[in-house]
Amino acid sequence: MSTLLDINGLNIAFPTRRGTVNAAKDVSLTVESGEVLGLVGESGAGKSTIGNAIIDLLEAPGRITGGSIRFMGEELRDMNRDEMRQIRGKRIGMIFQDPQTSLNPLMTIGAQLVETIEKATSKRGRDADAHAVELLEQVGITEAVARLRAFPHQFSGGMRQRVVIALALAGDPDLIIADEPTTALDVSIQAQILDLIKKLCRERNLGVIIVTHDIGVIANIADRVAVMYRGEIVETGTVAQVLGAPSHVYTQSLIAAVPRADTKLDRFTSVDYIEGNTASFRRIDIQNHWLGETQQNDHTGTAIDVDRLNLSFVLQKAVFKRNRRMLKAVNNVSFSVQQGETFGLVGESGSGKSTVARLIAGLYTPDSGTINVFGKDVNENRKAVESRAARQALQMIFQDPYSSLNARLRVLDIVAEPIRFYRLTENETQTRKIVSDLLDHVGLGASAALKYPHEFSGGQRQRISIARALASRPRILICDEPTSALDVSVQATILNLLKDLQQELGLTMLFISHDLPVIRQMCDRVAIMRHGEICEVSDVDTFFEAPAHDYSRHLLDLMPSMTLLSDPVE
Amino acid sequence: MDSLDEKPVTRWQRFKDNDIVWSFLSSPGAMGAAVVASVMILACIFAPLIAPFDPFDPGQISLWDGKLPPAWVEGGQGKYLLGTDNQGRDMISTILYGGRLSILVGLAAVCLGMVLGVSLGVIAGYVGGVTDAIIMRLADVQLTIPGILLAILINGIGRALLPYELRNEFAIYVVILAIGLTDWPQFARVARGATLVETNKEYVQAARIIGLPSWLIMVRHIVPNTLRPILVIATIGLALAIIAEATLSFLGQGIPPTTPSLGTLIRVGNEYLFSGLWWITLFPAVALIVLVFSVNLLGDWLRDALNPKLR
Amino acid sequence: MISFIAKRLAQSVLVMAIVSAVSFSLFNFVGDPVNNMVGQDATREQRLEIRDKLGLDDPILTQYSRFVGNILQADFGLSYRIKRPVDDLIAERLPATLELVFVSAIISLFFGIVLGIYTGIKRNSWGSRIILSTSLAGVSLPTFVIGIALIYVFAVHLRWLPSSGRGGVVELGWWKTSLITLEGWRSIILPAITLSLFQLTLILRLVRAEMLEVMRTDYIKFARARGLSERAINFRHALRNTLVPVITIIGLNIGGLVAFSVVTETVFQWPGTGLMFIQAVNFVDVPIMAAYLVFVALLFVVINLIVDILYFVVDPRIRLGG
Repeated sequence: MSTLLDINGLNIAFPTRRGTVNAAKDVSLTVESGEVLGLVGESGAGKSTIGNAIIDLLEAPGRITGGSIRFMGEELRDMNRDEMRQIRGKRIGMIFQDPQTSLNPLMTIGAQLVETIEKATSKRGRDADAHAVELLEQVGITEAVARLRAFPHQFSGGMRQRVVIALALAGDPDLIIADEPTTALDVSIQAQILDLIKKLCRERNLGVIIVTHDIGVIANIADRVAVMYRGEIVETGTVAQVLGAPSHVYTQSLIAAVPRADTKLDRFTSVDYIEGNTASFRRIDIQNHWLGETQQNDHTGTAIDVDRLNLSFVLQKAVFKRNRRMLKAVNNVSFSVQQGETFGLVGESGSGKSTVARLIAGLYTPDSGTINVFGKDVNENRKAVESRAARQALQMIFQDPYSSLNARLRVLDIVAEPIRFYRLTENETQTRKIVSDLLDHVGLGASAALKYPHEFSGGQRQRISIARALASRPRILICDEPTSALDVSVQATILNLLKDLQQELGLTMLFISHDLPVIRQMCDRVAIMRHGEICEVSDVDTFFEAPAHDYSRHLLDLMPSMTLLSDPVE
Repeated sequence: MDSLDEKPVTRWQRFKDNDIVWSFLSSPGAMGAAVVASVMILACIFAPLIAPFDPFDPGQISLWDGKLPPAWVEGGQGKYLLGTDNQGRDMISTILYGGRLSILVGLAAVCLGMVLGVSLGVIAGYVGGVTDAIIMRLADVQLTIPGILLAILINGIGRALLPYELRNEFAIYVVILAIGLTDWPQFARVARGATLVETNKEYVQAARIIGLPSWLIMVRHIVPNTLRPILVIATIGLALAIIAEATLSFLGQGIPPTTPSLGTLIRVGNEYLFSGLWWITLFPAVALIVLVFSVNLLGDWLRDALNPKLR
Repeated sequence: MISFIAKRLAQSVLVMAIVSAVSFSLFNFVGDPVNNMVGQDATREQRLEIRDKLGLDDPILTQYSRFVGNILQADFGLSYRIKRPVDDLIAERLPATLELVFVSAIISLFFGIVLGIYTGIKRNSWGSRIILSTSLAGVSLPTFVIGIALIYVFAVHLRWLPSSGRGGVVELGWWKTSLITLEGWRSIILPAITLSLFQLTLILRLVRAEMLEVMRTDYIKFARARGLSERAINFRHALRNTLVPVITIIGLNIGGLVAFSVVTETVFQWPGTGLMFIQAVNFVDVPIMAAYLVFVALLFVVINLIVDILYFVVDPRIRLGG
């Protein structure tokens, strides 16, 4: 092995009108040939910036303000534009996150490969074509000769990412920088792409930098890892070292926040190091508080009862029925959720789990089947008083914290909306008091009421969403991937908050997620969904220890192995 | 990181910190355009107070003073700085009064088109289905015929439907109607597009789960979130409406010469251009161009400032 | 492919049906068709006879279908004012308008696209800034003002070019062209520039905006990361993706040119259909108005159809499906 890339004291600054943001502060790292270096960090840590800085593709107005980047002994910062162009593609290859947008939609795969080959090598014409075929075969694309004439939109996401990798390899580079290469892909595809990158690294003795936010990816593929936090590298070492016995407080917090699939913990501990996670849960006297005055709970037994639910979407409209293409999004789904339990719905994208949640929430109407909430059919008479009451008893928290709040309203008006609409209080003063209490309760503080959503971070926005849901005094909370858009440390705090609220208010929760470890931490029982059908419903421990269905076992196999992780500090 | 204990910001600080305000304050072009546009619009609105003469008062007009050149040209008189027109009306005053009419018609027409288009567009986008299909097909059909032609047509029909003696009196309303009705599909398309984007956002779903009725969701949640792109096309639409009015008037289809708008003035002046009385055309034309240019400049800046991708 | 075109055709037929319904209602609601035919002082018997002859007492649907039947045979009846068949009048004046629109379309498309690409690639150069500021002024100049200014400078003041008419016209069969005589070319210069200027600036700005949009995409960034030359990135990757939406612009452009030919023809007394239309509106000559409306809509429907087919050819995402 020899040192391929040596970054020393790198500083990157982004001047903005609110002052300069230092995206990278005194960053030093090295990459050897034939090794995979993982660069891990949460959003805003500056990890992607470093990848872009190496090949001089920083987005304006970012610029390097100090330090050196030596590649095979040459200083990249001293190179002019033409010299840099000789480095890009030919000696350093790049893989971007989203394969959907990385390829030119109007050019065939072959044309894009050939132009890159002709640029980077001496091969021309037939030779270049042959080399293109060879590359596609290397990245695992079958019938490569025919595929050369295909356009990007004719490939699936995983296949496109393979094409992107082939393009990155076209100039036979020594170093590959992969920026979140699997984030946009489904779990099963993720594993394949990571395997491919690892294989290429070994076979071609490549140096690889993988930039990711996902500890699981690091555990699976990297040899060494560098942890970034707010523009600085806080810890570097072998994967076993860093994940098994982290020395920096940030790394410890980060790893403690990673949900575990092997055992269920009561809560996530010691995640408070990370700034912005300091908000703590404030208990209130639920007996005497407004939040406790829910409607008379005269119903015992099941909270939600779903019976033979069906829903199809029209994929392609046509005048004649036989020409229509339909997607059976929910196929004969039945399950019931007991009061006070957390019921998980698990599946890959397109499995229909979110559709089921939206059916129960009343956002869609089923083609057939019934949904009973506390013993009342919610679709029987949608305008009636009872279904209004049922609706109030059932609230939802959404995935995307940026689109789930109306940017034009103050937080006060967002949270107060259900209170005002249902006239749950006698006057405006009381409403404001309750909104303050709610915001305080979810860990935001009452001063948040007069601000607008854009003033908050993703995790804080999710807290506002929770406060809004609570303002209807619900008895059932549907959480649709409530943390998948969040950083792992923020996820831990939000999951903690949800657990606390559930215990305190005796909420019933329907928890939808694609993330098995999160399910293990949150749920009592779980239903596995695939292609709109339920494969298995079981106790969460039974599911993880002794899955009954083949598909369940398949899902569990795909889960990144986390055996390297240090034991939780309890 | 936003700390929650920071001291509350005042409204003024919040206003100054706003990205759009900031972009405005750092764009000399936009500020210049805003100054020019507001000075012109204010001057025109307050024309009765500012104008040296009242061009509609026969007592102040004398044919003896007709066709006088601007004051600095030989034969010009000091009291008519920009000269007089063929009927002896002071050019400055007629331009101010004419500009007033042009701006009024432009604003009214844009408002009409905007209210109509936004309501229909938001309803189409939110309700979907057959309603959507009907409204948008209608817009499509209307867009197959270019705006100015349609305005001429509507205007022509409107005038033909009015009794002869009322035609001059109601000409201004007919013109507003013609331009406004021509404008709505643009607004409807943009409003519908924005509504589709917003309706798919989770805050709308949250509002539906809370149980808010559709009209309240549209008025309270969707419409305020569609206003940014609407504002951009409304600004550019104002410039186009002013041009459209001027074009109609120039073609003899718009505002009659008894109460001239800028377009009418240019038309009248055009007849005297060949005999060398250039000022009767030039000054109204310059006023029109400067007005439209400054509004366009504002619209152009607004489009960039409101485009999140460019920030 | 066939189903795609069939769908578009069905939409076009729908558009034409609505437009023909509008122009049909023009006859019924604007003015009294009988008065227009025979004048104010006709006797009651004469009026009844005309009513009967025109079938004005038939059910409205019968009248409409007769109207559509006539349109399909290009029969729009007699002009109220000139008392000649409308289709003859249009056929006579169509070449003048089409030639003007054709020359203007070439000017505006060529300069619009070339300058748009230039300002899109050389974003921050002085040339681009000057072109952009000028273009905003161009958007703000009403067509008729440009016409008047050009006439004043080049026809009245400098006396280089004629201020009105088509100049020498040569008959090629029924088509009277002015594009093969020197005098004809001299005559078309000013109106063509007048007509194309507004569209030119519009196209320029749209192409530039589209180019900038494409430049921000990931595949351009990825192309850079592969070390491709600026030339390859600009012309092979960016330009082709820019030109797909530009196809729509071509359709809109020709539409705008036809519309503003009304104004240009008035300013330059160009003997085309636009001038005829504006005169018809002045005299409420309904048959000409209705015919012009149908004619313009048809032109647009055909252009849009061509644009859709072009899209189909250029964009593999539509051609080959998902």
